[in-house]
Amino acid sequence: MTDATAPLPAARATGRKSSSILELDARTRRRNAAEARFKTYGIIAICLGLFFLVWLLSAIVRNGVPAFTQTFVTLEMELSAEEVAAAEASVVKTSAYRDMIRAELIEQMELNGIETDMTPEVLGQLLSSGEANQLRTWVLENPSSMTEGATVTLPFLAASRVDGYAKGRVTRESLARDSNLSPAHLDLVDQLEEAGIVERRFNLAFITGSDASDARPEQAGIGVAMLGSFFMMLVVLFLSLPIGVAASIYLEEFAPKNRITDFIEVNISNLAAVPSIVFGILGLAIFIQFIGLPQSAPLVGGLVLTLMTLPTIIISTRASLKAVPPSIRDAALGVGASKMQSVFHHVLPLAMPGILTGTIIGLAQALGETAPLLLIGMVGFIASNYPDGVASGFLDPNSAMPAQIYEWAKRADPAFYERAWGGIIILLGFLLTMNIIAIILRRRFERRW
Amino acid sequence: MDDLRLTERSVDQTDIKISARNVQVFYGDTHAIKDVDVDIEDKTVTAFIGPSGCGKSTFLRCLNRMNDTIDICRVEGDITIDGEDIYDRRVDPVQLRAKVGMVFQKPNPFPKSIYDNVAYGPKIHGLAKNKAELDEIVERALRRAALWNEAKDRLQTPGTGLSGGQQQRLCIARAVATEPEVLLMDEPCSALDPIATGQVEELIDELKQDYSVVIVTHSMQQAARVSQKTAFFHLGNLVEYGETGKIFTNPEDKRTESYISGRIG
Amino acid sequence: MPAFWILIIVFAVAAAGYVLGRRRAMVSAGGDIRNLHSLPGFYGTNVALSGLVAALVVLAVWTVAQPVLIERSVANSLPPDSYASTAERSLMMADVRRVANGLDQAVEQGAMTEQASRDIRTEFTDIRTRLGEIGVALGSNVTAATLRAAQRYRAMSATGDLWKTILVLALSLGGTAIALARTNMDFRARPTVERGVLVLLIAAACIAIATTLGILFSLIFNTIEFLRLFPPAEFFFGTTWSPSFTGRGGGSQLGILPLLWGTLYISVVALLVAVPIGLFAAIYLSEYASPTVRSFAKPLLEVLAGIPTIVYGLFALLTVGPLLVDVFGAGGLLGVGWMRGGTAVMTAGLVMGIMLIPFVSSLSDDIINSVPQAMRDGSLGLGATHSETVRQVVLPAALPGIVGAILLAASRAIGETMIVVLGAGAAAALSLNPFEAMTTITAKIVSQLTGDADFTSPEALVAFALAMTLFVITLGLNVLALWIVRRYREQYE
Repeated sequence: MTDATAPLPAARATGRKSSSILELDARTRRRNAAEARFKTYGIIAICLGLFFLVWLLSAIVRNGVPAFTQTFVTLEMELSAEEVAAAEASVVKTSAYRDMIRAELIEQMELNGIETDMTPEVLGQLLSSGEANQLRTWVLENPSSMTEGATVTLPFLAASRVDGYAKGRVTRESLARDSNLSPAHLDLVDQLEEAGIVERRFNLAFITGSDASDARPEQAGIGVAMLGSFFMMLVVLFLSLPIGVAASIYLEEFAPKNRITDFIEVNISNLAAVPSIVFGILGLAIFIQFIGLPQSAPLVGGLVLTLMTLPTIIISTRASLKAVPPSIRDAALGVGASKMQSVFHHVLPLAMPGILTGTIIGLAQALGETAPLLLIGMVGFIASNYPDGVASGFLDPNSAMPAQIYEWAKRADPAFYERAWGGIIILLGFLLTMNIIAIILRRRFERRW
Repeated sequence: MDDLRLTERSVDQTDIKISARNVQVFYGDTHAIKDVDVDIEDKTVTAFIGPSGCGKSTFLRCLNRMNDTIDICRVEGDITIDGEDIYDRRVDPVQLRAKVGMVFQKPNPFPKSIYDNVAYGPKIHGLAKNKAELDEIVERALRRAALWNEAKDRLQTPGTGLSGGQQQRLCIARAVATEPEVLLMDEPCSALDPIATGQVEELIDELKQDYSVVIVTHSMQQAARVSQKTAFFHLGNLVEYGETGKIFTNPEDKRTESYISGRIG
Repeated sequence: MPAFWILIIVFAVAAAGYVLGRRRAMVSAGGDIRNLHSLPGFYGTNVALSGLVAALVVLAVWTVAQPVLIERSVANSLPPDSYASTAERSLMMADVRRVANGLDQAVEQGAMTEQASRDIRTEFTDIRTRLGEIGVALGSNVTAATLRAAQRYRAMSATGDLWKTILVLALSLGGTAIALARTNMDFRARPTVERGVLVLLIAAACIAIATTLGILFSLIFNTIEFLRLFPPAEFFFGTTWSPSFTGRGGGSQLGILPLLWGTLYISVVALLVAVPIGLFAAIYLSEYASPTVRSFAKPLLEVLAGIPTIVYGLFALLTVGPLLVDVFGAGGLLGVGWMRGGTAVMTAGLVMGIMLIPFVSSLSDDIINSVPQAMRDGSLGLGATHSETVRQVVLPAALPGIVGAILLAASRAIGETMIVVLGAGAAAALSLNPFEAMTTITAKIVSQLTGDADFTSPEALVAFALAMTLFVITLGLNVLALWIVRRYREQYE
């Protein structure tokens, strides 16, 4: 306090007058304007963020919803046993069925007074090229339909260009240089639509079906890829939950504070930030090249995604364990439980809702991850076969939902783009469900200590 | 009404700096301050004492509208400074707080240099025309807070590097630098050791030459040492207000007596 | 015996061990649980674990190691004159594996006896047609060397499988038996079991280290292999990226600089979008927003973080790209003609920026909230306005944390794959025009490793070198960011 005795400079030397607080001075007004500006920047930022969200979601909905409907050509087929037998006896069986369908289409057009000078082959371009196979499969599964005189009403997929026309994607101008369909076809489509033969309706096959080749976008579905994702998620769930919980329990409850523990912790937080594609490299080099697991198998995808999600799950599990107050542990230890018993009997059950929430969010993250799947070969082929059973579900080449979306996005035909958007709606539907479950879990079981 | 205010004002200017009438404070549904009337004199140290949770800090924070920053807090009644209602719609709390400075319980220097800590207020209020003037203000404030000798050689080092007592004096210097008329201190010594407390108390005693100082303390001895007037709060009520000597030797209210003698609190 | 059956048996033994161990403990205590050292379940668990753990570990290690070892041994036994290069040798090994598989199937389907499959000779039988009959298609005729190698391969596999089965079952039964023998009422079962469980917990925690090691191994070995085949100077300082598609080396220019430039350029654009928006959003949410606004705006912004990157990729490719072309392309709204196609640095950068907004905002939000209220009070008490408080006190105090958050966001941007694969383009370019298509390290890793790449060519191996570079950059950023954030938190704790 030596300087307290030093001569004090006069107070209020700047001579600021004691002003009234009821009047704003110019400086305060300026400062308040700056305040308002600053606040506006914040509001603008929030609005921009929300605008981007709305833009993204509306793009998804606008482009994806049409994928759930498809244009069908409905024909009343009169199938006779002889015809079918003849077709089955021919060398190229589908071609015989194709002729049957085309003949029927012409007949129906005549019935409705629609005239055309197209040959059956050209006219047949209205229909999907897979329709013959579709009819054959149906006939073989329903032999009873071949009774004399009975007619069956069957919906056949229209060609993707026809579907695109119905959805406004294809116009007469855009068909000018198209080898598959001519503007004349579209005139026919208009007439057939009026006659009720061509119509757009909900297409379940998009959700349950398998992928189709480049030339048949109208047949492509995401069902097989969904199964692939499902098997991958099984692997992720059954590996990452126990391992993640075990690792978290060790690190949170038992690990001594030393270099090794520190090293593991640094490792985990770094792994959480390693780019996902690097995990793909790991999967390719270790699981496929070194161990020799099959390429494109959901098992490998699941393993890679497990390693990728583990850090997330460990971090959230540790947070839930940390949230259980030490008094619970003390209480258990106080009645003579071992440390292990106090953890497994008391801490873990109390932390379980938090752990499950974290796990579901980790799974959701894994479900949407694409990059590592590209490297282990889950793209670049047509996922057209449903797995035969559980083992083949894990081991046979398959795609996964995000990989299937990527696959479609790479194909040049806009009809596939529509399917990619539609696939995104389904994918986001799953993610939304998982997140809602996580939120409900958290709300219901959340405990405030 | 106008006449009344005018006459009141003329009285205030000589003597009374802040006058509170019928003040109620609510935190959500909790009625934290009930019916408080108090007149705080200029160039005097006024102490608010009372058991913890009695509302003395809450009331202090009403005097420069720091309670505005708490969403659920609601203030009713009149508080005037120099006869002007501080809760008037036209009042900008920013201007008010420049006039009524505040020092907090825990020393809270900004993570900046000592110089910048002190210069912060003058800068935002535009008190200095140039660097030289700012230097002068900083030096004066640091001298006023009895910190100049300790800090003059390390003005550019972080304020957080000072000891607890030095930090609190830095906060006082920071408040003084904006040239307020009233200085509110919310338990300024509760986080300090006895030696630092002694230094700050000595400082408070000197500050009363120029300012009206209001200090909240939970230590009766401290109130007795530094203040001229003392207000005793209990459960949100102002129980007794008067000369410090009288409150401690001859309290009028039973509750004050009980608190002073250590039976409650 | 297939691994599946071995697993079933091991688990069955463990289950039986549990029951027996429990019973034995109870018997030794004369049926009175109070005489036991531990609860009876612990004795059972002890026996079960003793039979389980060692057997499973051996099973797993053996299953992984056997094919690798056999592969190596068979490959070395191939006559040196039957192949010219290592690439040819690996092709030959692929044939060997296929023939061995085919023989397996033939025996399984009964088309061949086990004996015949061992004795069959190319001199007397056309293996290709024989295997073709049972549905195993071979690309070329089977040479004598290949067939002998395949038969050797099968023989070694069979021996290996046999020994594996014996060893695993012996471990399972032996462990169970020893543990059973040790079981009596004074045996300290609980501490033993708990020690075992602790070891399992530690093993789980070590998987993180194993993953890191796995990443390092897969990157380092292949990178070294690449740098052996390709001059390192050309890789690190080459300004042209044009791999030849023959996959046989020669004529490929694999300079990383254009990729690095594209990566950094896109990341910078992304950060220019994400940082201001994210930071101001965080400031508004934590300092100004009412609880109601905060409770709906914050989760809505975070929805952006929960959307998979493939969605952003598609959004860039099909929505943002065409829109930008409409504005900046030839004949577009501005009539500037800067942009030639939808895929460009700007497209990918903008979309990536949108993706990173919630990342920056929620990290900054946490950090701003951890600045003590006392700081704000101190500033407000001096008569500062709210924005002055934020700009001059809160932000400087939070700066290290925010820098850390931005570094983390940068590392995210650099490692992001799907957006750039779909939105940035495929051609490598060293250009300043943000409306030009460029490509990035991640995009090239994908394109070099998908498809039927031959993993021994420099064109495929370069992907590992690229991934190594990516890993080093992002790891550096992460370590730095985590260090800064950690130090920042310590300051206020």
